Amino acid sequence: MLDPEELREIKEKSGRWEETTLKSYLETRPERKPEFTTTSGFQVSRLYTPADVSDLDYSEDLGYPGQFPYTRGIHPTMYRGRLWTMREFSGFGTAEETNRRFKYLLSEGETGLSVAFDYPTITGYDSDHPFAQGEVGRCGVAVSSLADMETLFAGIPLDKVSTSMTINGPAAMLLAMYIAVGQKQGMAPELLSGTTQNDMLKEFFAQKLCIFPPKPSVKLVVDIIEHCAKKLPKWNPISISGYHIREAGANAVQELAFTLADGLAYVQATVDRGLDVDEFAPRLSFFFAAHNDLFEEVAKFRAARRIWAQFMKERFKARNARSMWMRMHVQTSGCTLTAQQPVNNTIRVAIQGLAAVLGGTQSLHTNSFDEALALPSEEAVRIALRTQQIIAHESGVSNTVDPLGGSFYLEALTREMEEKALKYIDQIEAMGGIFQAIEKGFLQKEIVNSAYRYQQDVDKKERIIVGLNEYAGNETSKIPLLRIDPQLEEFQLRKLRRLKESRNQDLVTRTLEKLRQASEKDNNVMPHILDSVKAYCTLGEICGVLREVYGQYEELVMF
Amino acid sequence: MIATSLKTPSARVERKIRALVAKPGLDSHDRGAKVVARALRDAGMEVVYTGLRQTPEQIVEAAMQEDVDVLCLSILSGAHMTLFPRIIDLMKEKGLDDVLVIAGGVIPEEDISKLKDMGIAEIFGPGTPTRVTVDYVRNNLKRKS
Repeated sequence: MLDPEELREIKEKSGRWEETTLKSYLETRPERKPEFTTTSGFQVSRLYTPADVSDLDYSEDLGYPGQFPYTRGIHPTMYRGRLWTMREFSGFGTAEETNRRFKYLLSEGETGLSVAFDYPTITGYDSDHPFAQGEVGRCGVAVSSLADMETLFAGIPLDKVSTSMTINGPAAMLLAMYIAVGQKQGMAPELLSGTTQNDMLKEFFAQKLCIFPPKPSVKLVVDIIEHCAKKLPKWNPISISGYHIREAGANAVQELAFTLADGLAYVQATVDRGLDVDEFAPRLSFFFAAHNDLFEEVAKFRAARRIWAQFMKERFKARNARSMWMRMHVQTSGCTLTAQQPVNNTIRVAIQGLAAVLGGTQSLHTNSFDEALALPSEEAVRIALRTQQIIAHESGVSNTVDPLGGSFYLEALTREMEEKALKYIDQIEAMGGIFQAIEKGFLQKEIVNSAYRYQQDVDKKERIIVGLNEYAGNETSKIPLLRIDPQLEEFQLRKLRRLKESRNQDLVTRTLEKLRQASEKDNNVMPHILDSVKAYCTLGEICGVLREVYGQYEELVMF
Repeated sequence: MIATSLKTPSARVERKIRALVAKPGLDSHDRGAKVVARALRDAGMEVVYTGLRQTPEQIVEAAMQEDVDVLCLSILSGAHMTLFPRIIDLMKEKGLDDVLVIAGGVIPEEDISKLKDMGIAEIFGPGTPTRVTVDYVRNNLKRKS
């Protein structure tokens, strides 16, 4: 960015500063530590100057928002035009209860819905399965059939909200139910907007909610991408997720690299299906975590956009600019929250939310301060939403595009993040790709190593967590927590029993049989899943058919 | 040969503490379980990790098969009041009364005393240093080796 003469002068002056001002200062006032590092372990210099970013080409590496390589943002005006979508992930108990929470959040200014399903639902079991005992409605809402989905969205016009669903193994079934609810409300599928997470690859090494083995799992992912490309133009069929990779223990660069590697695999698989890249790539979306190391996080988001745009343009020959856009949702980090002194978490969430916005996210979920203890209470989730609103309306950071762009530190960090992520991607590809990396346990091992290192740093106080290993005091603040009524499970079971008694059993058997035949023939199963959910086949029944055809995933156990 | 010669002939091979780290139910949060498993292993114990989605029957069976001194249960899904009592009952049924049982995860305070009454010796919540868990296991084994 500088001419050689200017650069030489800066280097010379920096050297002089070190020899004079700095040296004499350090003689009497040494620094707190021999070295400073980011959360991911990058060395941080004392001072960054233009010399640290001298190899940066402004037009090529940063450019302009809304233009390749989108480092500074995917839209020309970013938040001056439209603020990010404020979306609070929620779901607990029964569909009735969660429907009330949705309406509450919308009335408080939330601009998009985000559904958390319970464990039985996300692992493809009905509420009455033996595995579901004690789990129904605990970590999300229980949805066993279209009947539950109808209740979940009762009174919420689906053409007026966008809905994000955190669902992977059974993504096809839940999306089919959403389409069916829309049709019952009189809305054609092309009017529906929202996202299904539908990112199975990261399940095998990070979130680990798997039903089928990797190959058929990715086949289903591509079925959904293909179906949406043809029938649901406003739907994001997939949210390629780093969040769970990070929560499982990865550092920022691993999160970035493994997510991008997953993304590349999905694009390749969909191209291999015969779709043109520009037919589906504009609707791919991403999901990252935001942690406390503000600059490192902002660097990660910016590097992510730059790398993705380059891959899409160069490797996949995308022509449509939208195919090169990395649109992202960000969630603040659950694993950085402490059960001790929980109110401190509001501050962590604010810093993380700020990082997401400074990083140019399209959508944000801010965690509630009580999440190390329970699912969020109504008060806690309101404060989380207010945190976003304060960032949006009071902090001033939304007034200009990429406000930290040009910071010598940030640009150097963005470059380092990019280089290290690309190195990881090369390593994965050298192994033969993401499937092989999963099979070998490479990604799992990398993550568990990082998680263990992090814990050791905390245990040894090499990493200070306020209120946990320092400033712990003996604060015993009690906060009111959300309680899940154990009777809800009974209520849900009764509802499911009634459904099974009242539906057309012949139709159930017939649609499931057709689904079986389609899945055996390797056809796109989406139309058959849609027919099955409309016949009120349950989630467990549909997944059961596919389990028989595709087999079940066996975890690669390691620690 | 050298390694053998360095051993004093009278040295008794001490049995290592055997630990089973288990994830009951559908919960897939395994970060804590894996960190604890590794910390126990680094502290010199023999550690077996069950992997995810284990039924109470599978866990108790593994505890028996592996002849463990301590069973470490990890759960963050909220299903502990359903799954833990079953594990404890099955252990009693199988005569595993001398196995120390501890648990970790997201477990609300009001459930802790109930779980302790049932026979879970200690509950380690989020933020527990691994050293605390390791020391607890060493000092509270029911079996004397």
